Amino acid sequence: MGVALTRSAQWTAAGHGTGTLEITPLNEAILNEIIMFVESFIYKHPQEAKYAFVEPLEWTTELDASAFQSGYVVRGEAALLPEKIPVWVSYKATVGLKDLNSESLDVFLPSRNVLGWFRTKGKADDEREINYERKGEIYKDLVTFLKEISAKFSENMSKQEINFDEEQQKEKEQFDAAPKKEEAATNHKARLGSDKTTYQKNHINLAKTQMTKRLEPSLNWKTSVDIKDRKSLVKDSQEEKHGTRLDKTRTSISPGRAQLLRKSIEKPEEIISESSSESEEDEEPVDHRQEANADLPSEYWQIQKLVKYLKGGNQTATVIALCSMRDFNLAQETCQLAIRDVGGLEVLINLLDTDEVKCKIGSLKILKEISHNPQIRRSIVDLGGLPIMVNILDSPHKSLKCLAAETIANVAKFRRARRAVRQHGGITKLVALLDCAKNSIEPAQSSLYETRDVEVARCGALALWSCSKSYANKEAIRKAGGFPLLARLLKTSHEDMLIPVVGTLQECASEENYRASIKSERIIENLVKNLNSENEQLQEHCAMAIYQCAEDEETRDLVRLHGGLKPLASLLNNTDNKERLAAVTGAIWKCSISKENVTKFREYKAIETLVGLLTDQPEEVLVNVVGALGECCQEYENRVLVRRCGGIQPLVNLLVGINQALLVNVTKAVGACAAEPESMAIIDRLDGVRLLWSLLKNPHPDVKASAAWALCPCIENAKDAGEMVRSFVGGLELVVNLLKSDNKEVLASVCAAITNIAKDQENLAVITDHGVVPLLSKLANTNNDKLRRHLAEAISRCCMWGRNRVAFGEHKAVAPLVRYLKSNDTNVHRATAQALYQLSEDADNCITMHENGAVKWRFPVLQTFLLQLSVANVGGLFGKDQSPPSPVPK
Amino acid sequence: MPRLGVVLSRKSKCAEATLDMDQKTLNKLVESISKTVKSFKKSEIECLIQLFDSLVGKTDRRFGSCGIDRNTFRRILHSIFGMTNDMLMNRVFFAFDEDNDNYINVKEWVKGLSVFLRGTFEEKLKFCSEVYYLNGDGYISREEIFDMLKNSLSQQSSEEETDEGVNELVDITLKKMDCDNDGKVSSADFTKAVREDRLLLEVFGPCLPEAKNCLNFEALAFRNIMTSRF
Repeated sequence: MGVALTRSAQWTAAGHGTGTLEITPLNEAILNEIIMFVESFIYKHPQEAKYAFVEPLEWTTELDASAFQSGYVVRGEAALLPEKIPVWVSYKATVGLKDLNSESLDVFLPSRNVLGWFRTKGKADDEREINYERKGEIYKDLVTFLKEISAKFSENMSKQEINFDEEQQKEKEQFDAAPKKEEAATNHKARLGSDKTTYQKNHINLAKTQMTKRLEPSLNWKTSVDIKDRKSLVKDSQEEKHGTRLDKTRTSISPGRAQLLRKSIEKPEEIISESSSESEEDEEPVDHRQEANADLPSEYWQIQKLVKYLKGGNQTATVIALCSMRDFNLAQETCQLAIRDVGGLEVLINLLDTDEVKCKIGSLKILKEISHNPQIRRSIVDLGGLPIMVNILDSPHKSLKCLAAETIANVAKFRRARRAVRQHGGITKLVALLDCAKNSIEPAQSSLYETRDVEVARCGALALWSCSKSYANKEAIRKAGGFPLLARLLKTSHEDMLIPVVGTLQECASEENYRASIKSERIIENLVKNLNSENEQLQEHCAMAIYQCAEDEETRDLVRLHGGLKPLASLLNNTDNKERLAAVTGAIWKCSISKENVTKFREYKAIETLVGLLTDQPEEVLVNVVGALGECCQEYENRVLVRRCGGIQPLVNLLVGINQALLVNVTKAVGACAAEPESMAIIDRLDGVRLLWSLLKNPHPDVKASAAWALCPCIENAKDAGEMVRSFVGGLELVVNLLKSDNKEVLASVCAAITNIAKDQENLAVITDHGVVPLLSKLANTNNDKLRRHLAEAISRCCMWGRNRVAFGEHKAVAPLVRYLKSNDTNVHRATAQALYQLSEDADNCITMHENGAVKWRFPVLQTFLLQLSVANVGGLFGKDQSPPSPVPK
Repeated sequence: MPRLGVVLSRKSKCAEATLDMDQKTLNKLVESISKTVKSFKKSEIECLIQLFDSLVGKTDRRFGSCGIDRNTFRRILHSIFGMTNDMLMNRVFFAFDEDNDNYINVKEWVKGLSVFLRGTFEEKLKFCSEVYYLNGDGYISREEIFDMLKNSLSQQSSEEETDEGVNELVDITLKKMDCDNDGKVSSADFTKAVREDRLLLEVFGPCLPEAKNCLNFEALAFRNIMTSRF
């Protein structure tokens, strides 16, 4: 293919006879074709794309040998491509092109490997061989690459972008410009047709076929580029949004929540920027246009004919065509794409803007079906379908409202669509649909197509569910008064209705602000009630909503008070439906943060069941199961229970995983178990401490911190802890170096670990050698109370070796420590008092303390703690000539 | 709609003129019609009778004594109910005219309007099948469908092309409507197809008024009742 294209492009250049290359429609067309093919190839055929060709590709074709042009070596029955391609070209998209820049005759060969596009060294003047070595940078896509390489191309592309902007404004007018549309459709058809032939000929004549057609100014080039630009514009704006939203919501995201049930999220910003179920769909889907061309099904032509009647018929003809279109299998992608490709979407959307109720109903019935397809959704949004559908929500016809809401529910599966719904006032209108009573004011004229109020509310909830996956929409739902209405619908008993209602609530509950509304509307009570439903999906969403809401202590109590813990515990026994299991275990995890709930769970034998779920479950279940056990094991009784049920081994086994959220929970659970000496012995035997220790090297700070916390009870409760710690080669150095982290939680946890490590004199000596004193001193200037507390404890412990006391003074740790006494945290006071007490054994430190006013601050709190210390040593702090302060009576 | 305005203003004058003339006869007529037509209130029937009389243009006779002829009726269909298709307007007239005397009498008028304004799906289905000559053992042939659909396409370049387009449309319609595949649409075919998809009710052309025209009509015809409520 590459060679064929090379030749065609060059041949054309010669054909112009000028000796230089202009920007020709042909070149653009070829380029465009290549972009379309290559860009989509890797997505459409991910497996094939990975193939590296170590030898020439051979395939069978029905073509005669004569069909191959020069450049192919015809040998017997096999036509071989010339030796072209080095092995490293990981998939064959090597394409030769003349530079589009007319000033320069520079020949370059863009190539692509898995990383992106780059420039090859090209063909030297005196050589016949093409050099495929990389020259210059790698670009992420061909357009960027060409823009970078060729000024002319870049200029041309920016023109296209401007065109695109203008076009978007004119979009509406264009709908009416039927002739233009038809022209586009014809062109499109022609292209589809020719592409088909091209495919049949195994791509060999691709460029030539395109060329003959592209000699006339082609709309296709423009439209195709527009699509690309549009995508990149959209991406950019989305990325901007990511950026701004990142800071806003980061704080409210707890590890694990976002992962629940989401298998395919890879980008962290996706998790952060949107709530729980922002789905994989936010990736722009691959355009299947080309693939569909390979073999046009008969439906394609039939649908095309029907679209013709939609365009050129009166209401009767239109309705006939709409009804006939529904006889096709609209769930099938072929039909969905056929409707789009013959320009049917534009017409269907146009029909929504007319006064003809029947046409609107017929059109929406089709749009509702085909909008299950992600590509169609995007096209609907691109064609401005959402504002029109949002307007229909105001219609007096209930069936129209329902259909519009259902279609919106399908379309609003990606961010841009959700935004469009909001920006056109859709959320308020959808919330209004939930208000059954309001809807019951009916027009005197009864319609043939009417539906029940309950159905209207259901469709409204369905659309809100889709929309509620964007943060701003949750806010809009709340502002529009959606919560009381949702709460009211939650009290009904229609399962069809309850699922979207609970789904919406569950989405909204991911935001802290809305949990208050959820509490006030007595929503928890009804969620608990519906946990007992027969419908698995409803149970799942209720559990999910409880999971989201139970971040809040009062809510956790409410779940218990309304008897929600028992159904949750019993749902644990049904493990076939993994989605539901994940939601249920999630709810149990969050509920078990409250001790009273843990007691109940133990009563219901849920802890034993949870231990049983530690094996053979998908990660999203494991995260929650382990999270729940981590909470339960905060209590002694449950630690014993987990050990007796054989839970330690599977927990330790999970320490080798890679799922971040899971590791955070596993380390916490193992740490909790380690508080009990017998369990600790098992952990030690299973080499769990080494596994924990190696997690200190995990790239994610949450995992590091969690592992470091878990190490504390391990060291505390292990037999021969000092020996055990020393046995980890390089382990102590690793820990000390983590003091260079900039994550407060990591620092606090590592300080705590150091406190425990330093209990062993020998290890204290080792970490002193690794420079623990200066590193700890450096951290002293912090306002974080958690870090202050553990830092003070670590300093206090580290004072016990050699001249460390003096060293802390030299590294200026003393003065900041004195200031910790201003903190409001009693734990900080206690730890600081201990540290100061240790440091005060060095005279210089005492002077520093004195200078920094340790005595001046006669805090009752401090005095209390000081009195708890040995009175004899307090003298050191206050100077020999001063008597210790007497406690101030309250 | 100036026409309607004229008609209705005439109507109210007539109402005043006949106010005390023959209230008894009127009541009797209302009573008898209300036995067969359930979807209107008696007051509404009274309004419709008065409207009928004013349309017929005879104020000095007994109520509802004569009928609306085809041309008057077509004018009403056109100006009040927004219908445009000549052939179908004729057929709607015949569907209204149950006794086939080429006049729509007052009972036929009220009954027909009850389908127009308040008809249930089943009533409308029956009405449409009458309009399309489908009642009884009747059926619609390919040619008849062609006739009914021939004006459905916007004018294309030549008559030939339009014919071709209509022919294709007829094919599509037959495929959709001819459930028993005998090349023609029988009453059973029609009923079955429409029950499956109500949008197909007026598949052979508009013969029922648009909802908004109905609302306008009701607002004007029943305005005396409405205003008296306040």
